[in-house]
Amino acid sequence: MLHIWGIEMKTILETLLIGVSSGSIYSLMALALVLVWRSTRVVNFAQAGQAIISTYIGYESMKHLHSYWYSVLVAIVAGAILGAAVEAFVMRPLAKRVRGSAAADIAPVIATLGILGLIRGVAGLIWGNTFVQYTSPLSGKGYTFGSTTIQFSPQNAAIVIGAALVMAAFAIIFNFTKLGLALRASSFQPEISRLAGIRVDRIRVIGWACAGAAGAVAGALVTPTAYLSPNSLDLLLVSGFVAAVIGGLDSLVGAGIGGVVLGIGFAFILQYIGASVTFLAAFIILIFVLLVKPAGIMGKSGGRSA
Amino acid sequence: MSGLVVRDLQVAYGAVAAIRGVSFEVTPGELVTIIGANGAGKSSLLRALSGLIPVAGGSAMWNELSIFGYKPENLVRAGIVHVAEGKSVIPELTVEENLDLGGIWQKKSAGVDAIKAEVLQLFPRLGERLGQRADTLSGGERQMLAIGRALICKPKLLLLDEPSLGLAPLVIEEIFSAIARLRTSLGLTVLLVEQNALSALAIADRGIIFNLGEVVASGKASELLADPVLRASYLGY
Ligand SMILES: Nc1ncnc2c1ncn2[C@@H]1O[C@H](COP(=O)(O)OP(=O)(O)O)[C@@H](O)[C@H]1O
Ligand SMILES: [Mg+2]
Repeated sequence: MLHIWGIEMKTILETLLIGVSSGSIYSLMALALVLVWRSTRVVNFAQAGQAIISTYIGYESMKHLHSYWYSVLVAIVAGAILGAAVEAFVMRPLAKRVRGSAAADIAPVIATLGILGLIRGVAGLIWGNTFVQYTSPLSGKGYTFGSTTIQFSPQNAAIVIGAALVMAAFAIIFNFTKLGLALRASSFQPEISRLAGIRVDRIRVIGWACAGAAGAVAGALVTPTAYLSPNSLDLLLVSGFVAAVIGGLDSLVGAGIGGVVLGIGFAFILQYIGASVTFLAAFIILIFVLLVKPAGIMGKSGGRSA
Repeated sequence: MSGLVVRDLQVAYGAVAAIRGVSFEVTPGELVTIIGANGAGKSSLLRALSGLIPVAGGSAMWNELSIFGYKPENLVRAGIVHVAEGKSVIPELTVEENLDLGGIWQKKSAGVDAIKAEVLQLFPRLGERLGQRADTLSGGERQMLAIGRALICKPKLLLLDEPSLGLAPLVIEEIFSAIARLRTSLGLTVLLVEQNALSALAIADRGIIFNLGEVVASGKASELLADPVLRASYLGY
């Protein structure tokens, strides 16, 4: 075996791969949070709940479709519809009600916490507070090279590829389509966009739908590596939030990079320090980034980036 | 009566009245300027007409239809296009994206490409900078971009809020002569609010003088320019 300073190369590569895989999931969750932040300036804590519902819907649909991949598509559609509904039926009416009042900034964020609690409760009523298995046809066992088996499995590979595809799709939509132009314009300058004829309220619903879809991909891809319960994605929300903050909260590219950086960081801490420290590390990273570079790694000081 | 007819319009911010019962008309094809100092209520008037803020009372009709209660994006579709105060462009987007924003909701058959070509002919400096971010433009170029985007929305009634703000005299002249040309070539009805009374009255048919949310004088642009009392008290030259 190849050793550098007494550390096995295989372990390093393995840790890196595992980090990229879990980081891809954080990136998707971060992307979901950034899409909502950009379109309505709300940190959407309900995203964990929305992803739970879409994942349960994927899980249920698999019983009928007998295909994991089709069930992922169902979950994505469900996630998009749910995201759109939360914005159109809860957040927008709420924003109109509190506009101009002292609670205008905080009420929507508290509402997302309320929705998270509500969704968890409803999921518990429907599916019970037990663990269920949402399985993928891909093996969860690590790849084997000759006599060595690594921790990185085909499902991990699917996670990385799936996340990359979602990121690429959003990059194309945002940068090369009319919808993308409307989404960017509405998030930067809603008033000017309205005066240019953009239906900003509708565009915001689409922004929330895109976020819901990204969160649904995260939930449906990660769940086969673990289990599904009404709060099985809560820690993912925390990681996604830290990743989004690392990336500057406003930047789609930043969300992607932030997630992978965090995933790799976690994987190495887990490997070389211990599981008990990882979430402590997440909050230390969060506070460190907020204190040292509040605009995130992609943010220019004071400015915002696309 | 067609054109813009405003009757007894009132706008308030909480208990503070910004416009206290204002009435005036702009007939089709006319260029009317509203002159007033800072805080006179000029921006509030335009923001109420374009649907950005609610009104506290009164009415406004455009071609005999009431325009209050509609969202700005719907009024844009009806041809009422507002270029807001302060070089109303989106700094993070490129010049071309800023222009396209006014066209992406229109049908391809609406001839957006032809209008865009006309805009670039009117403001060639924009054409040279299509791929540049709007925040790299000079103040004058940003104002041209804001007006260009408004034209792509195919306005019938153009509401312009202080296009001269913060610009050098030569640039002001360039922009105001463009407004004057546009208005004849496109048959636009224009409501131009300004602090720069001289430049605005030079291209306007009529002028209305605002003070503290009320109309204090109105008349033909040439007559207002010649009135010594107005000159001393409101026009500031
Ligand atoms: N958003 C606002 N909230 C409270 N008061 C406002 C607001 N906008 C304008 N005002 C007040 O309304 C009055 C008219 O302002 P404005 O319409 O901006 O005038 P102008 O454009 O002629 O400078 C001023 O007294 C101003 O302070
Ligand atoms: Mg003003």
